[in-house]
Amino acid sequence: MDILTFLVDGLLIGFVYGIAAMGLTLIWGVMNVINLSHGPIIALGMFGIYFAATSLGVNPYVGVILVSFAGLLLGMLIYAIAIHRVINAPHLSTLLATFAVNMIIIGLGTTAFTTSAYNVDFSLGNISVGPVNTPTTRVVAALASVLVTGALYFFLYRTTLGKYVRAVTDNRAAAELMGIPSARILALSFGLGTMLAAIAGGLIATFFPFTILSGGAYELKSFVVGVMGGVGNPLGALIGGLILGTFEGVIPAFMPTSWVPVLEFILFVVILLVRPTGLLGAKK
Amino acid sequence: MSLKNLKNPGLWLTLVVVFILGVIPIINNKASAREETLTVLLSVILVSSLNILLGYTGYISFGHIVFYGMGGYVGLFLISVYGWSLWTAMVAGGLASGLLAFLLGSAILRLRGSYFALATIGINEAMRAFISNFEPFGGPTGISLNFQVYNQYGGAAQALWTIYYVVLALALGNILLSYVVKTSKFGLGLQAIREDEEAAEVMGVVTPSSKTWAYVLSAILPGMVGVLFFFKNGNIEPGPAFRLHLSIELLVMVMLGGYGTIAGPVLGAFGYQRLRGLLLTSDLFKNIQLTVAGVLLLVIILFIPSGAVGWIRHRFPVTRRYLP
Repeated sequence: MDILTFLVDGLLIGFVYGIAAMGLTLIWGVMNVINLSHGPIIALGMFGIYFAATSLGVNPYVGVILVSFAGLLLGMLIYAIAIHRVINAPHLSTLLATFAVNMIIIGLGTTAFTTSAYNVDFSLGNISVGPVNTPTTRVVAALASVLVTGALYFFLYRTTLGKYVRAVTDNRAAAELMGIPSARILALSFGLGTMLAAIAGGLIATFFPFTILSGGAYELKSFVVGVMGGVGNPLGALIGGLILGTFEGVIPAFMPTSWVPVLEFILFVVILLVRPTGLLGAKK
Repeated sequence: MSLKNLKNPGLWLTLVVVFILGVIPIINNKASAREETLTVLLSVILVSSLNILLGYTGYISFGHIVFYGMGGYVGLFLISVYGWSLWTAMVAGGLASGLLAFLLGSAILRLRGSYFALATIGINEAMRAFISNFEPFGGPTGISLNFQVYNQYGGAAQALWTIYYVVLALALGNILLSYVVKTSKFGLGLQAIREDEEAAEVMGVVTPSSKTWAYVLSAILPGMVGVLFFFKNGNIEPGPAFRLHLSIELLVMVMLGGYGTIAGPVLGAFGYQRLRGLLLTSDLFKNIQLTVAGVLLLVIILFIPSGAVGWIRHRFPVTRRYLP
């Protein structure tokens, strides 16, 4: 393997990181809640396409579509049960409420699926361009991520509902005075965030094996990417994902792979300190 | 801080209860009961030290366990490589954690609210990843102690008892410390920061240094008990030493008991560890103990956000004098 292959692999997976981070920062931007149940929902997305493929026998990419709707509904349910009551409380309450959801999902998931690894038996062969040879599933995942980003922008900027979401983001009280049902918009936004997490999980499951605990690593990456791209900035999240993916692809060429997380998290803390609005600026 | 403050009956009640619970295994001379109580006492220390930062100052740390792991690593390193005694290593571990908190605090305590919380998650993960690569600390395999090392403490069995006495003393000391801090002028400054940082600053609280010292104070005892715990274990590895999950369990315990109070963290640690023990040993809940704990946490957050002690204080105002 040469550096170019590493670079392309990192870049392609960076698109998926972008989607996962978009879900996190959408919720953060709209309602100022850091969703600590993000990781387990990514993991549920992975299991979703596994069972769609094994039980229903559908193509994994159809599975991703099913999983995305399930993710939307699950998110709205989580909002109604766990978040709505504490939406105006101090940060600690929402952090711990979403973490409680995290514990509940991981507990149930561990009971149902144990913590052993699962694998979606699926391959589309490899694509070779010049010296670079990479699994087709990764290329499809990257294209799907671009599509999802486009769809999110279309929703936020071209539909009335999307306009409501942006209005609630800017000023919840004023939006309410204009007759926007803010509670329902918040529930929808939370659902969209978890939907993106589930899609990211589903796409990752087409090329990596996973366990119920796999989401945790992607949740942490989402924090890094989200902060890098700027809170509530979907395009920033995508670009942040690409930067992180490239970073992960290139670093192993210079030092042992085990140093990657050290640099990642140091970068994360440094960005928080130096430029907490993100490299690309927050959307607020 | 005047001596009159020390006459608060609630403080003494808390101390006496912890002392009695701590002494029971010593009187019965039972190793299994000792291990159970040790877990609770360690939690009491970690939780009430976290309370200084979280409960008094209002800064949410997801990385409190970093100080426990850091202390443990420094202590075991000094014992295994330089042959230090456990007691000097324990003090060194506490100081190392305090120093780490000072350095980290000077940098990240400028961040507010969720940003600070996120930075502490980042630090927890960065620390674990770094120690996994840090060769002097054994990299991913960590540090293991030679069994001979227990001989100078009268053999392994005797060493476990000695460690238990020290942990009990540290737990009592920590409760006293958190009370002294809470009633001191310094502690009042911290509580003012929690309520409104700008207003506190205007009223003359030097917020950066107050926050940093609160962070340092909350880090020293976890560093010391980290040395004791991992010495008792005989080895330390990056995974168990910096488990993000443990940090969050500590937050659950603070919330369960009631943040910002003296008795709350103690009650929270006892309650949570008892519940966890029960769930782990029950056939019905063994597998889903995490789920049950999650539901419990959610119910507390949604309906009793001030925790058990906070709820009692609110519901029965007459108890406020007795529940600091």
